[in-house]
Amino acid sequence: MKPQELATLANSIRRRDLQAVFEAGAGHIGGEMSVIDILTALYFQVMSVHPENPLDPKRDRLVLSKGHTALALYVVLSERGFIRKDEISSFLQHHSRLNGHPNCVKVPGVETNTGPLGHGLPVGVGMAKAAKLNGDSWRTFVVAGDGEMQEGSNWEAIMAASHFKLDNLTLIIDHNRLQQGARLADTNNLAPLAPKLESFGWAIEEIDGHDMELICLALSLQTVTKGKPKCVIAHTNKGQGVSFMSDNVAWHHKVPNKEQYRQAMAELTDTVQ
Amino acid sequence: MSTPFESAKLHDCRDAFTGVLEELGAANNDIVAVCNDSVGSSKLGNFRDMFPERLINVGIAEQNMVGVAAGLANGGKIPFVCAASPFLTGRALEQIKADVAYSETNVKLVGISSGMAYGELGPTHHSIEDFAWVRALPNVPVVAPADRIETAAAVRWAAGHKGGCFLRLSRVGVPDVLPDGHVFRLGKADILRDGGDVTIVANGVLTHRAIVAADILKERGISARVINMASVRPIDADKILQAAKETGAILSCEEHTIFGGLGSAVAEVVVDMHPVPMKRLGVPGVFAHTASANTLLDDFGMSPEAIAESGSELLKRKE
Repeated sequence: MKPQELATLANSIRRRDLQAVFEAGAGHIGGEMSVIDILTALYFQVMSVHPENPLDPKRDRLVLSKGHTALALYVVLSERGFIRKDEISSFLQHHSRLNGHPNCVKVPGVETNTGPLGHGLPVGVGMAKAAKLNGDSWRTFVVAGDGEMQEGSNWEAIMAASHFKLDNLTLIIDHNRLQQGARLADTNNLAPLAPKLESFGWAIEEIDGHDMELICLALSLQTVTKGKPKCVIAHTNKGQGVSFMSDNVAWHHKVPNKEQYRQAMAELTDTVQ
Repeated sequence: MSTPFESAKLHDCRDAFTGVLEELGAANNDIVAVCNDSVGSSKLGNFRDMFPERLINVGIAEQNMVGVAAGLANGGKIPFVCAASPFLTGRALEQIKADVAYSETNVKLVGISSGMAYGELGPTHHSIEDFAWVRALPNVPVVAPADRIETAAAVRWAAGHKGGCFLRLSRVGVPDVLPDGHVFRLGKADILRDGGDVTIVANGVLTHRAIVAADILKERGISARVINMASVRPIDADKILQAAKETGAILSCEEHTIFGGLGSAVAEVVVDMHPVPMKRLGVPGVFAHTASANTLLDDFGMSPEAIAESGSELLKRKE
């Protein structure tokens, strides 16, 4: 897909996500809006995945370590054909397999169960190591939140990935500068992230995490440095696409009222045109 | 008495574990070992020399160790995570819950030097909570073999089992208690001594002590049944029910706190299905004092004589 087509698709995914949050009366709208461009690029341009055979051993793997934005992943998986599109309306409903955090046992396309933060990258390291042991060329992508990088388990995995020279592993940090309760800068500021990861032996690329062309390029195989795991620091906005949510800590998991919903939908529709 | 057994006949179950792991590794390229700088304490030196690529040492980082194992399993590998049990289960418990149990990954957790095997090193290095912690999770069978024979059998079973599991091994020498050729069956206990007056349920390093206790009771004219309950979850409810009905009194002994371990698991069945007098021997909810592994078991009332005495006392509570 061309960058413009991807951007258009991402916008319709944002609208579906917003609708589901509004209807379910819950969700993590801010972080979903910030990560949707990245997930769209991965599933519709970068990764080799097979909805008709979701467990194909040679598939590329995506681990959504920021599992609280599961809804964004569900909508992307439904657009990609892993689950039915009309299933999104079951989000958080009684007995739905689409709960607040993704479940790999129940939802095709989900690779591992996340929710507690700091779990995705260690699992991603194991996946990448498995591919290396087999001499396979499939790639592993882990999407983590920036606040999540405060978890020590991530840094254990960062050390290991570098030591194991896992150049088939890409960590994408959704760097929206906000965590649940406050700005990172006011909590436990990790910025700047790049020199920290670089000093651990990773190849780093910093991009605008809402520019499809840049996302696709940064995640492409030709930009991998041989022998080094790669970290793409995607500078994003929490609540991207909706003026009153954007970069606003209040919208971590707030649910829009009717008026806000109408306005958000209108803004997201405008962006498409 | 501190060591009630002839040392020449004692075996370190780690040797049985790694022996089988090496054999399985030779037959199947997908078998890998994951460890936390624990090559020596897990006795993985031979495995490393035989399959250097397949020994994945993440360094001293237990959370990452279990997460990496889950990822390896996702990629088709059969990882055996080998680490001291207190650090494997304590430090990485959330990874065991989310990445192994809830994600249903094919990860074999091998807790080495469990219980109070580290003796004088103290409570930080004791793993007397691991049955309780891991037993609370779905999808991760909990298995504590009694000797080198059962250890070898359990490792073979684990490799073929589709899904996660927790093997709780010790480094404390134990004599053989199971017959050669023993096949491990998950959820199935073994009656090692039959008897009708009282039942002693044990596993791990306690099984041999329970057998010696039964011999002592026999001299006193008390017929004790000894059940080796390696499989703590799922537990063999049928054999517990049968023991409750036929012997009317159950004594459990374990190298674990009495809160939430083997005795608790047995009591859950007894209470639900056929209440009879029970006594749970174990560590009574304290951090242990300084002593060797075997001395600690003695000090906490689990010398063979003390187990026999508890069995004899329990009889008085029968109707």
